[in-house]
This record gives sequence, C-alpha cells and structure tokens, in this order.
Amino acid sequence: MPLRPTLPWCRALPVSSLSLRERVGVKVAAPPAPTQWRRRGFLGKLSVCIYAALLALDIADAGESWLYSVEDRRSGYTYLSEENQRLQDDDFANPGLLWVERGRELWQQTDSTAGTSCAGCHGDATASMRGVRTRYPHFDPQKGKLINLEQQINRCRAERMHASSYPYESDALLALTTFVAFQSRGLPIDVRIDGPAQSFFAAGKTLYEQRRGQLDLACHHCHDRYAGQRLRGDVISQGQTNGFPIYRHTWQTLGSTHRMFAWCNTSVRSEPYPLGSDEYVNLELFVAWCGRGLSVETPAVRR
Amino acid sequence: MAELRVRVPSTARQGEVIEIKTLLAHPMETGHRRDVYGKLVPRQIIHTFTCIYNGTEVFRADWHPAVAANPYLAFFTVATESGRLRFEWIDDEGTVYATEADITVV
Repeated sequence: MPLRPTLPWCRALPVSSLSLRERVGVKVAAPPAPTQWRRRGFLGKLSVCIYAALLALDIADAGESWLYSVEDRRSGYTYLSEENQRLQDDDFANPGLLWVERGRELWQQTDSTAGTSCAGCHGDATASMRGVRTRYPHFDPQKGKLINLEQQINRCRAERMHASSYPYESDALLALTTFVAFQSRGLPIDVRIDGPAQSFFAAGKTLYEQRRGQLDLACHHCHDRYAGQRLRGDVISQGQTNGFPIYRHTWQTLGSTHRMFAWCNTSVRSEPYPLGSDEYVNLELFVAWCGRGLSVETPAVRR
Repeated sequence: MAELRVRVPSTARQGEVIEIKTLLAHPMETGHRRDVYGKLVPRQIIHTFTCIYNGTEVFRADWHPAVAANPYLAFFTVATESGRLRFEWIDDEGTVYATEADITVV
C-alpha cells in the first residue's frame, strides 16, 4: 500500500531549522535599494563598500567552516535540537570523544605477534589518517568487493599485525574506527562510485529503494520523501552518515553505521542483515554518496 | 575502561568562582533492564561523586538510576588556595575511579 499524505506524520508541519549562514553567525544584510544608493554621499557609499567587503570576508571564513548542508543535502546535525548541537560541538562534553581517546591508546598499542602497532606503519595519525574517512567504503581489488573502514582496520590487523580481528561493533573496533575517522573531521565526504564500484553502488541503491518488513517501507520512503517531518515524537532526518560512528542517546553508547541500518530495519519490522555484511556495505556506499560534500562530523551526537 | 576527563582552570584569582567539568565513561546500568533470557541485569551505577580540595570536601553528589550512561557533571566552587583537587566516583561494584588536578591561585 503506498504512503498517502493523509497519514498523521504527513500532516505535521515541517520543522524549521537554522540555515547554514545563521549557524555560523553571519548576519545577511539586505542590499541597499537603488534610490537609497543614489542618495548616499561618497562617505556613505564608501562605508557600504567596506561593510560589503567585511561581509564577504566573513562569509569566506564561514566557507572554511563545516558544511552542514550542501544543496538539498542536510546533515543530521541540522535536525538536532540546539542543546544536542551544542553537545556535539563541545569537545569536552561530547561523550563520543571518550572513544577517540580509547582509540588513540589502541593506535599505539602493540597487540600482535608481528610486534607492531597501527602507529608502527602509519605513524602519526593526524597526518597519515587525514582524509581517510571521506573515501570509505571503497572498492578493494584484492577482495573484489567494497570494504568499509571497520573492515579495513581488521584487515590491517590480520595481514600486517598478525593479530586477531576485532568483532564487529566491539568497543575496540568502534574506538579505533572513531579515532581514525576523527582525523578527517571537517573534510567533505568524497566516495567513488565509478569504475569497479559501480555495480556495488547500484546494489546499494536497489536496497535503499526496496520495500521491506511488515511495515512495507523502503529507506527512501522516510528519508527522501518525509525528511524534516515528524514520525511520532521524532523528526525524520535524511539519514546521512557523515557523522558516523555516532553517540546515540537512544543507545546510551557509540554505534556504527551498520548498527543504525540494523536498527532502522528492525523498526520497520524486517529481519536485519548481519553487521558487516556485503549488503550493508553496499548500502553504506550509496548513503555516503547521498551525503557527498557534507563534512565528516565523527563522533556526532544524535538522538 | 576507565576514561575520565576533568577540566579545572589552571590558574584563578583568590575568591574567584570557578567552573569544574567532569566526564566519566561508565555504563550506568539501571538494574531495571532485562537481558535476552528475561533475567534482570544487576544494577551497576555510580552512586557517589566527591570532590576534595586540599583535603576538604567541597562537593558531593548522590546519584540514582536515572542518570544517563557516561555521566557529565559540571559544578562550581571557590578558588581559595593553590593546591590539588581530587575527584572520586564510586560505583556499585565498589570500584573507585579517581583523578587529580592542580590549580594555582594568584
């Protein structure tokens, strides 16, 4: 049965949110009317020019700051309450930073028969891991399929460190993933969907648009059609993944993209795929592409 | 797993009211939840937080099961003298999470 706009959450008003410029505190002044312009003296015109130049500088500064929305793509951050936005922005209070610290320890830790640590090969993570998060998931020629950041970390552990793989969604894997992703904070998501990744991208798109579960809903029904509107007490976001792994209040802990996918699937009463499955990695690529250009916010705070 | 963080101003004027922020990684298991077998998960929360300033207790809080996981606490005190602040969190298992921070009063 198709969704009709008579359902309760479709009648709700869209939730207003701050525009990007308002977020970064830029006051947008209306340009002076032509008649006013003619009436202004030389000094008046000069002052307007100076003000405009300052405004332009201000916006240029803002351009270097994070992009919470690009064209019609909006980060989950823009759907948050002001309190939660502040919590995310505060590097002391944001609980996700606890995992970053834990990850920093694991990065240095020698935990293998090869006698090496992550830092042994990659050195200083702030330099070597900068921008890595923006490219995942990507096509891995060796495996002939997509791999995401978690799987890459485990592969490094198995192949280079001869250490045991961390179980998916374990605290250690989450911590390392968060630590690595944290180094790309503020950089735009830039995944490749051409070449060998094409077919996996298509598979992810199919999954995104496929109806599932007892509620017979596809991802795109909520996250494309009704983003910004209410589903019971909650605001539906576009389902962007630029902040993952996220600290989610519902879980009272940090969670990966796949945990969120599984949670969403269970919510429409369908059987979720296993965490780390190929289906979810394909979906992860498609959703990452849907949020291309948005800044990495890891570790983001979400409801 | 005992990540904890405390933010105390490194210097303060005498008599100044200073804000102290704390955050601790802790599951804060309420004791009301059940596991997949229907058995109650035993309560495991931090029940006491204290702040000791040069041997004198300046702040104490009793916590109950409604406090969220990874509890964040901010409070104020008066900077009286240079010295050390000691922070202690005690949970139901009797584990004491403790850390210290120095402050210079000018």
